Amino acid sequence: MKPGHEIVPTQGAPRAECDVAIIGGGVMGLGIAYQLAKRGIKKVVVLERGYLAQGASGRNGGGVRMQWSTEQNVRLMQESIELCAGFAQEIGVNIWFRQGGYLFLAKHEKERALMERNVELQNRCGVPTRMMAPEEAGALVPELDISKIVCACYNPKDGVLFPWPFLWGYAHQALKRGVEVHLFTNVSAIERDGSGFVLTTTKGRVRAERVINAAGAWSPEVARLVGVELPNHPHRHEILSTEPLKPFLKPMVSVLSSGLYFSQSMRGEIVTGITVDDDAKGVQLGSRLKFLTTLAKEMVSLVPRFADLKILRQWAGPYDVSPDGHPILGEPPGVPGFFLACGFVGHGFMMAPIISKLYAEWLAGGAKHEVFERCRLSRFAEGKMEKESMILG
Amino acid sequence: MSTKAIVCRCEDVTLADIQHTLEIGYRTVEEVKRYTGLGTGPCEGKECMAQAARLCLMALRTDGPDKNDAVVEPFTSRPPVQPAPLGIFARGDEEP
Repeated sequence: MKPGHEIVPTQGAPRAECDVAIIGGGVMGLGIAYQLAKRGIKKVVVLERGYLAQGASGRNGGGVRMQWSTEQNVRLMQESIELCAGFAQEIGVNIWFRQGGYLFLAKHEKERALMERNVELQNRCGVPTRMMAPEEAGALVPELDISKIVCACYNPKDGVLFPWPFLWGYAHQALKRGVEVHLFTNVSAIERDGSGFVLTTTKGRVRAERVINAAGAWSPEVARLVGVELPNHPHRHEILSTEPLKPFLKPMVSVLSSGLYFSQSMRGEIVTGITVDDDAKGVQLGSRLKFLTTLAKEMVSLVPRFADLKILRQWAGPYDVSPDGHPILGEPPGVPGFFLACGFVGHGFMMAPIISKLYAEWLAGGAKHEVFERCRLSRFAEGKMEKESMILG
Repeated sequence: MSTKAIVCRCEDVTLADIQHTLEIGYRTVEEVKRYTGLGTGPCEGKECMAQAARLCLMALRTDGPDKNDAVVEPFTSRPPVQPAPLGIFARGDEEP
């Protein structure tokens, strides 16, 4: 981090009154805080239970892609990736953003139709995804055993970034504009107070005109403080990092059927994860051998040369899983002034740049984007859900 | 000691880097790790973590008398214990 760009977290008790209190200092909460401050709403308090990057925002693989199966997600991610590309310029932090594309692989003939349908949708939105024969995918990533795949699709504009500086960048710019960022600060109670709320925290009480729940996998607990039951639940997603190699791998590679994905970071490590079932309830961050063996079998079968590649470390992060794969946004019925920014199913990081911007525009008195209506909590009770099929992990 | 002294040999993190992190106000090994990259190389902190913890503790003690009993936790240990090739796990069973 450049001198003068340090994040100095707020010390002492939070201010007595604020316009917006944000619960959760992950990429979503910090992104919204920055975007609000930029629009002149500076009495903002971010309350983070742990250290910066302790939750899913500091534990994900850093993938950002436009390849989705619903128009809403494709269009939002087009804008989000544009914001990622301009992030270093706007925020002044290098996020190691690299647009090497996402290469999706199909191992079964029955997946071809879904892939073609998605490519057609993405093309209609202006995304340059295209279908590839196995040979063409093999030309892009010569290490692949292409006898294992039937077809592929590739969007050169997708990419990867390093999540930690992304968070720090938002935090730094928010702090610089007067936002308070309190670390190791838990919220234990939220009471109604006229049109606003009073929050009890480990560092003292703060009255907020509006509250945003951006607590990710912990958001159901936070919502319960105002008597709201959310339908999302935490799910452990494991991931690992290997020894660094000379840069050779251009795209993020992902297998549709198994959920395997791998990319090469700017440090040279292969960062990879895969879908593994988990019966455990609550937020679980323990590492399992089952993950290593499941991932290694799929990886070595697809890229035989990786058999000699050494694993350095594995860890886990909590997905915040909503029933239909779409986030839960806006105010829940009966609690005006309490806003939800949760249920992102492992894709909150890549969506944060655009969602935080749209949220701040709305809360600062600007237009309310249709995503907030579409992703309202009551859609589950009304039975109006559109399933997203491009969920990994 | 020279501030150019290397604390984490895997990731070239110096004493000065850690002191800078502490000056900003961070006091946990998890934060020092994320701010400097300490402990994210092949040895996974076996050489540097104790030093980082000691520096955090020393900084806490200078914060005030109420921090005299402060405890510094290590960062989470990440498997495998030593770097191990994917091929071994590809041949292995799901449970030990």
